[in-house]
Amino acid sequence: MAEQWEFRVWRGDSDGGDFVTYPVEVDPGMVVLDVLHRIQAQDAGDLAIRWNCKAGKCGSCSMEINGRPRLSCMTRMNSLPTGEPVTVQPLKTFPVIKDLVTDVAWNYVQNTRIPPYSPGPAGADGTRRMHQQDVERVQEFRKCIECYLCQDVCHVLRDREGRDKFVGPRFLLRTAALEMHPLDRADRLPALKEELGCGMCNITKCCTAVCPEHIKITDNAIIPLKERIVDRYHDPLRMLWRKLRGQPPE
Amino acid sequence: MRVDEIQTIEHDVVVIGAGGAGLRAAIECSRQGLSTGLLSKSLLGKAHTVMAEGGVAAALANADSRDHWKIHFRDTMRGGKFLNVWRMAEIHAREAPDRVRELEDWGAVFDRTKDGRINQRNFGGHRYPRLAHVGDRTGLEMIRTLQDHGIHQGLTPHMECTALQILKDGDRVAGVAAYWRETGRFVLFRCRAVILATGGAGRAWRVTSNSWEYTGDGLAMAYDAGAELMDLEFTQFHPTGMVWPLSVRGILVTEGVRGDGGILLNSEGKRFMFEYISERFAPETADTVDEAERWVQGDKSARRPPELLTRDEVARAITAEVKAGRGSPHGGALLDIASRRPADFIRRKLPSMYHQFLELAEVDITKEPMEVGPTLHYFMGGIRVDAESQMTRLPGLFACGECAAGLHGANRLGGNSLSDLLVFGARAGRGARDYLDALSSSPRADDEQILDAFRAATAPLHREKGENPYVVHEDLQDVMGECVGIVRTGEELERGIEQIAELKERAANVRSAGASQYNPGWHEALSVHALVTVSEAVARAAHLRQESRGAHTRLDHPGEQDEWGGRNVILRKASDGTMDAEVVQRPAPPEELARIARATIEELEEEVSAERGGAAGTAPSAAAPAAPASPGGGRG
Repeated sequence: MAEQWEFRVWRGDSDGGDFVTYPVEVDPGMVVLDVLHRIQAQDAGDLAIRWNCKAGKCGSCSMEINGRPRLSCMTRMNSLPTGEPVTVQPLKTFPVIKDLVTDVAWNYVQNTRIPPYSPGPAGADGTRRMHQQDVERVQEFRKCIECYLCQDVCHVLRDREGRDKFVGPRFLLRTAALEMHPLDRADRLPALKEELGCGMCNITKCCTAVCPEHIKITDNAIIPLKERIVDRYHDPLRMLWRKLRGQPPE
Repeated sequence: MRVDEIQTIEHDVVVIGAGGAGLRAAIECSRQGLSTGLLSKSLLGKAHTVMAEGGVAAALANADSRDHWKIHFRDTMRGGKFLNVWRMAEIHAREAPDRVRELEDWGAVFDRTKDGRINQRNFGGHRYPRLAHVGDRTGLEMIRTLQDHGIHQGLTPHMECTALQILKDGDRVAGVAAYWRETGRFVLFRCRAVILATGGAGRAWRVTSNSWEYTGDGLAMAYDAGAELMDLEFTQFHPTGMVWPLSVRGILVTEGVRGDGGILLNSEGKRFMFEYISERFAPETADTVDEAERWVQGDKSARRPPELLTRDEVARAITAEVKAGRGSPHGGALLDIASRRPADFIRRKLPSMYHQFLELAEVDITKEPMEVGPTLHYFMGGIRVDAESQMTRLPGLFACGECAAGLHGANRLGGNSLSDLLVFGARAGRGARDYLDALSSSPRADDEQILDAFRAATAPLHREKGENPYVVHEDLQDVMGECVGIVRTGEELERGIEQIAELKERAANVRSAGASQYNPGWHEALSVHALVTVSEAVARAAHLRQESRGAHTRLDHPGEQDEWGGRNVILRKASDGTMDAEVVQRPAPPEELARIARATIEELEEEVSAERGGAAGTAPSAAAPAAPASPGGGRG
C-alpha cells in the first residue's frame, strides 16, 4: 500500500539555498531516487538530480540522505525510519552546481595525474598470462564505480586543506590497482610519496565504511601503499633493526 | 542571439556519446593525430556500457580450443535470422579477438583460465564458451579501461554536454550544436566529421533496462540531417529483467545466470523451455533434462540446454507462459540458480546479481529463485552505415555501436554488443580519418542554421503555455507498450502510428518551467522530440514487415517468410518533413560467407579443425593447449 512521506530536499545553487518540503506518496519497494523522480515529475520539473543506471552500477546518484553519504538508487525507503521526514542534500565536499548536483570535475583531473598502465611485451604466443589468484586483489579494486562517496567523507578532502596535495581514497585505490597489477612495470612510489600525497591519509577508514562496493580501501589498498613507501624511503638501518626485532613497519 | 557570442570549440572530429563505442572511436581518432572532442550527456564512465554484465564475445578459443571466427560468424548470422549485413558480421567475428586482447594491453583484468589466459563463459546462441568477462561486471571493466587509457591519448572529453543538432555545409558535416547541462549555456562545435555513438531509444518503453540517456538522440539527429535508418522494427526484449518490486521493473538480470547453469520454471515448477525449441535450433539443443544436465556437467557430446536459446526465443516463451496463466506471482517466470550451484559459486561468479536482488528486492538468489520477465533492452536497427568505414549516407557523418544498424540483423546475441563497440568503434575512427584525408576544403555551417538550432532548443523555456514533457513521455511509453510491444499486429501498429502522430504535435508544444541551468524538465522537453521520431520509425517499420523474424513478432503474420529474408525497411526524412518508409531488396550474400553460415555445425567444425592441421572431429586440436576452464567459466 502507498504511504505518505515528507521529503526535505535542498534546493539552490552556488549562491546558496534552503530545504524545501515535499509531501509525496511512496509505493512498496521504492528507493529514494524513485521518490525524487516522482517529486520531479509532479511538483518540481527543474529539480536537478544526477543519475543513470538506477541499479548501483554507475555511481552517479551519490547524495547525503539523512546526513549519510549514499547512492540514492540503492537506498530503499523501508530502510529509513518511518514517520520521520527524509532529508536529502548534495555531497558536502564538492561545490554545488544546482540542488542535488555537485561539481565533481576535480576528481577527473586527479585521475590524469596517475602514471598510466605500462605493461611489458606480450608473451611469445601473443597472450598475457596471469593467474586468477594473482589478479583477485586488483579485481577487488577495479569494482570501484567512481561514486566519490569515499572522496566525500575523507577528512583530508572535506577540510579542503588537502586539495591538490592529496588525490583522495578513490585515486589511491586506482594507483594501488596499477601497482599491484602483475604485469605492470611502472614505478609510482615517487609520485605516491610526493604529488599524490599518500602520506596524508590518516587511516580513519571512513572511506571503507561508505563504499557501496564494499571495497576494503584502507586495509587492502592504502595501507599496503604506505608500507611500500616506508620500505623504500625509510632509513635502511632502522628498517633492518625492525626486521631483526620482528616488528611490523610503521 | 549572435553566433560570435556563442562559445565555439574547434576539433577535427566530434564523437557524440562516451560509452564503449564512442570512447573506442575517440581513442582511434586521437591515435591518428586528429583533434578529437568526446561529448557525453553524463559524466565520463557512466554511460550505458557500464551496465553490461555478462561479457564480450570473441573467438579467442581459450576456454574451448575448437572456437574460430567462422563459428562465431555462423552463430551471429543464425541468431540474427540471416538478416545481418554479411560483411559486418564477418568483420566483427574476425576482428573481435584482437580488440579484446588490445583491451588487456590497456589494463583490463579479465577473469583467467587455469593456465592464465582470458577466461570465457557460455551464453545464449554461442556454440562455445566465448564471452571474456569479469564476474558479472564486464561493462564496468571495459568502460574504465577505455576511459583510463583514453585520457592519456590526447582526446578532449566534454562532460555533461548534450548534442542538439548536426550542422551541415551543403551535404557535408560541418559541426554540432550542443549545450552544457551544468550551466544551460550553448556551445558550437565546428568540426569536419562527426561520429555518432549514442546507443538506442529504450526509454520509449516503460519496462526497459535502459537509463534516462537512451532517448534515441543520435538516431533522430542523423535522420533529421538526412541519413537513413534501417531495421528499426527489430527491438530486443531481453528475456530476463527484474519484475518486482515495481520500481525496479525492467532492470537487467544477466544471461550469465543461465550461462552458468540457471534454469527457467513456470508457476507449476515445470522447466518449460523444452516446449519452445524452434526447428532451426532443434538439432543443436538438448531435448531432455538429462541431456541438458550432462552438458552443464561438461559432457561435450551433449547439446546445449534450451534456456540458452537466443533472446528472442526465450522472451517469447516467457510471454507465452504468462499468457497461459502459468506466470510467477508478479507476472514473469522463475529463474533458479539457487538449487543448481553452491552459494559461494553464485556469489563469486554473479556478485552484482546477488547484491542487486538482495538490496533491491530482498531476495537471496543463493536460496530462492528470481522473478524475471522481458524488458526492452536493445535496438538491433539504427543508422544505416557502410560496413567498412561506418559512414552514413551523409558525407562526414559516421555511426557505431548500438545506434548503427547491420551487425545484429533481426536479433542480437548476448556478448556481441560489447565486441561490436570495440570493432566498429575503432573502424569508425579510421573511417573518419580516411574521410578527412580525402577532404579538400573545410566545410563551414552558416549562421542562420546555427541560430535556428539554438532558437528551437530554447522554445520550451519561453512558452507561456504548454504541456508537461514528462506527461507526454509517459503517454508515449503507454502507446509503445500497448501497440508496439513484444508481439504485434497490423491493427495495433496502425493505431500506434496514429497515436504517435498526435504525440508528435504535443511534443512540439511542451513547456519547461525554470531556467536553463541543470534543468531536467528542459532536457526532457528536448529528448521527447527524438523519442517520438524514433518511435514513429519503429512503428512504421514494424507495420511494413509482414512476417515474424527474430525480435519482430507479428501475430497476424506468423513465421519467417523467405521473400522478407531478402529485404530491409529503410526510413528517411522526405523533403516535406514527413517520414518516408521504403522496403529495399538486399544484395545477394557473398558466396563464401553464405556457405559458412549455412553449413551444419559438424561440417564447419571439421573444416576448422582441418584448417588448423589437427585431426577432424571434436578433439581439442588448436595450437594452444586446451584449458580446463574454471567452474562456470566454461563447460568443463
